[in-house]
Formats: sequence, C-alpha cells, structure tokens
Amino acid sequence: MSVSQVVPPVPTALPRRAILRYTLGERVHHWMAGLSYIYCLVTGLAFWSPYMFWLAALVGGGAVARFWHPWLGLAFAASVFWMFKMWRRDMATTAADRAWWKSVRYYIRNEDQNLPPIGRFNYGQKLFFWGMLFGAILLLLSGIGLWFVESIPWSLRWLRYLAVAVHVGVALITIGLFIIHVYMGTAMVRGGFTSIIRGEVSPEWAKTHHRLWYEQVTRDSSGRK
Amino acid sequence: MSQATLNIRRISGHAGTAPGAGVEREEQVCKLVDTTTCIGCKACEVACLEWNGYSFRETVFDNSYQTMPETAWNYWNLIKFNEHERDDGTLMLLMRKDQCMHCAEPGCLAACPADGAIVQYTNGIVDFQQDHCIGCGYCVSGCPFNIPKFNQHTKKMFKCTLCSDRVTEGLEPACIKSCPTGCLHFGTKEDMKDLAETRARQLRDHYGFDKAGVYDPAGVGGTGVIYVLHDVTNPEAYGGLPSNPRIPWVVKFWKGPLKWIGNLAMLGGVIGVTMHYLRFGAKEVEPDKNGGERP
Repeated sequence: MSVSQVVPPVPTALPRRAILRYTLGERVHHWMAGLSYIYCLVTGLAFWSPYMFWLAALVGGGAVARFWHPWLGLAFAASVFWMFKMWRRDMATTAADRAWWKSVRYYIRNEDQNLPPIGRFNYGQKLFFWGMLFGAILLLLSGIGLWFVESIPWSLRWLRYLAVAVHVGVALITIGLFIIHVYMGTAMVRGGFTSIIRGEVSPEWAKTHHRLWYEQVTRDSSGRK
Repeated sequence: MSQATLNIRRISGHAGTAPGAGVEREEQVCKLVDTTTCIGCKACEVACLEWNGYSFRETVFDNSYQTMPETAWNYWNLIKFNEHERDDGTLMLLMRKDQCMHCAEPGCLAACPADGAIVQYTNGIVDFQQDHCIGCGYCVSGCPFNIPKFNQHTKKMFKCTLCSDRVTEGLEPACIKSCPTGCLHFGTKEDMKDLAETRARQLRDHYGFDKAGVYDPAGVGGTGVIYVLHDVTNPEAYGGLPSNPRIPWVVKFWKGPLKWIGNLAMLGGVIGVTMHYLRFGAKEVEPDKNGGERP
C-alpha cells in the first residue's frame, strides 16, 4: 500500500475524507520501536541510579529487568533498522527542509504562518529519526559489549570501559530526543498521536503541517475525489 | 571479627566494666601472601573448592603449572606461575596466589547498580550477596584486578568471600589453613602489615632482594590481601598484578559527575517541554476555507 494514497472508503470513525499518513506496517514498526524503547528506558533508569532502582520492581525485579533489557534492546534496534529501510528516502534532507530549518524559531513559537511549506516529514522529525538510528547503532554495539563483558579479554579492557561510557552517554542523548518526540507527538502537535495509531489525518492537518506532502498526496489521487 | 558490631560496650546494672570491652585492637582483617615462600603446591586452590563446595573444574594446559588462565565463577583462588628472567640472566619462577583483593575502595561496589548485591563489612571483607545480584556484570568493569566472574546458569556474579562465613566464626580462611609452607597468614591488617614489612626487610638485608617490599596499593585505599614481593617495583611480573590499581576513571566519571549531568539534563528536558507548553501551547490547524471540499 503506497503512502501517498487517499484512504479508500472503508468503515471508520473518522470522516471519509481523512488522508492516510502512516500505513499499518509503519505504525506497527513505530510501536515496536516505541514500546521496546520504553521498556529499555524504564529498566535502564533502574540500573542508572539507586534512587530509581524501584522502577525494576514494576517489571518483575532487578534480575528479571536485567534479563529482558538486552533482548528488548535487540527488538528496538531491529525495528529502528526496519524503519530505516522504510523511511530512508522520506528522511533525506531537501531544499525545503533547509529553508524550514532557517525559520525553525517560528515553529517553536507556534507562528507556523511564517514557515515555508515542507514535505511528509519536517527537518526536526528527520533529525529525530537520524538521531535515533545512530543512537540505536551505538547502543546496540556498546550493549553487546556490556552483555558479554567477560568475553572482552582483560588485555582489551579499555573496550569494557568504552562500552559503559558509550551506552550511558548515548542513552542519555536518546532520552532527550525521546522527551521532545513524545511531547511534540502528543501535546504540541495535536493529531500526531492519533495518526501514528490509526494512520489517518484530516486534510486540514496535512495542509497545515506538511503542505508539500498534502499537495503531492491530493495530486496523486486527484481523479478519485 | 565481622561480628564486631555485636561486641558489648556497656551493660546495664552490671558491677564493673563490660567484660571484653576495648580488648580488640582492630577490626580490619587481612590476608598476607608471602610470594617468596610459596612453592606453588595449589593446596590453597583445593582448600578453597573444598570449603566452598565446588567440584574441580576443567583445567587449561598452557605449557606451565598454572591450572587455568584466570579465576572462574567457581574457582576463586588461582596460583599464577610466571617465568621471570632477572637482570643477571638467571631464571625465577614467580608464584602468586590470585584472588579478590578486598579493596578498601572497591571498584565492583562502586559500579554495582543493585541494592545490597555487594557489601563491605566493617572488617574490610567485600562480599557478593547473590540473592540481591541482578547479574548485570558492571562489577567486571569496575574491578581493577579482573576478579568477579559470571555464572551462566544462575545469572549471578561470584568471587572469593575471604571465607566471611569462617571469619565470622573466628576461623581463618580455608586457603590459609591449608598452606604447608606458612606463606599465607591471616590476622588484623595492622599485624599483617607489620609481619610483611619484617619479612621484606629480611629479604632486603639477608637475601639480596634489594627491591623486596609489600604490595598494599594505595590507589584503591589499600587492600585486604597484601603481598610480599621479591621486587615490589615490578608487580606486573607476577601474572599481571597492576602496579597502581585504581577504580577505572570511566566508572568514577559515570557514577560521579555524569550522574549529576544526566539527571539534570533529564529533569531539564521534562521541565523544558512543560514550560514550552505553558508558554506556547498546542499548534492550531488552519480551518479549511473550502468547507471540507477537496481542491
């Protein structure tokens, strides 16, 4: 199912003129990544600080959290890599992005009328995507080092230390990205959360936030009204 | 000696002073390993297995007497054999009993995230509590001596306990009891340091080991296991004993400044987005001028 396609008239709670923003596959992979990240976040915070170790109790205790954390981490990395496969063309930087990024202060202040139009994803979303992709790569590599720390020979112990530093440092950076992502997807840009669950947005939403994408989508399906 | 906290200081309604009060000079226990009188018989290895109830595990032959390359989760005590060529071309077989050093500032304990998984008793013994261990392996990265080992089946970390169970009952550790040459000693830290210095002086003055000395590294605050070495300036020759062991700086940075930086950054992020919402609120979608009709 192509992304740039108006939803065919199927029974739905939304008005029929809704536009498909995320296919089922995209939504599934987003939530695989999101839920596995949240699990790793909660258990990781438990390992991060004794004052947050109580979080481990929520998921069955420290030893259980330690058992599942690397496996859910693998699931997270796998779903992020799949998202890369799905979205790498959509996430490439365009001239419209560069113009938009120059005016990003208007976006932050909600003065969107001063912003140049952008395509399916804005530059902030793209930065988030690439940040999480490289974060996932680094977390995966360092995480394997922590998982099998005894397999790193004593003579190469600097790798053990590097794994700790990279895993903790990159995790903190992704937490920063995660906070902004969740805030924007739920509170700041209303309709975004619904779109990643049910996949659909209103034409007005598409026109306001992603005008070039809206124009492309409606042009592609102009014959179908 | 680990029950020192239960020694009675004062007694109610008691005629005279509390019996035994103030008699114990020092609580700190210490194991002294005199490498100059070790004959490499491995009785301590066997005694350790016997007392702790482990069966003998598979050995690895590496053209030396050494049982295996390094300690294992169920093999806490290992003699390291090292052929060492001296300056005059003669050969020495250095033998050092390797085990947990029971650091005064334990890197394993600093790195451990699990509440109560590693404790340091007032007598100085650093002990793993497997019922609290989550098996994360951070202690492996924290230890400057490569001692904690992971049990794949129980998913817990293990190492030498300095026979805390025996010491509690006033017994010396099993390895000490088994040593046939008397190269192993056990007592208070003060006594063991005194004995070690006496032996080192003897080696310097009467045996021609000019550089003989005591290994009690200050970088980890001193250790609960100290060595007498023929050449204290070259501990690496004794199977990689670090000359200046410290808690790795990454571990110190991670558990120190980075914790503050990270916590403030996470808190700042949450406060930041909250403030943004209070100041700017949600974005508005422009109403459709065509009354819902597609262009």
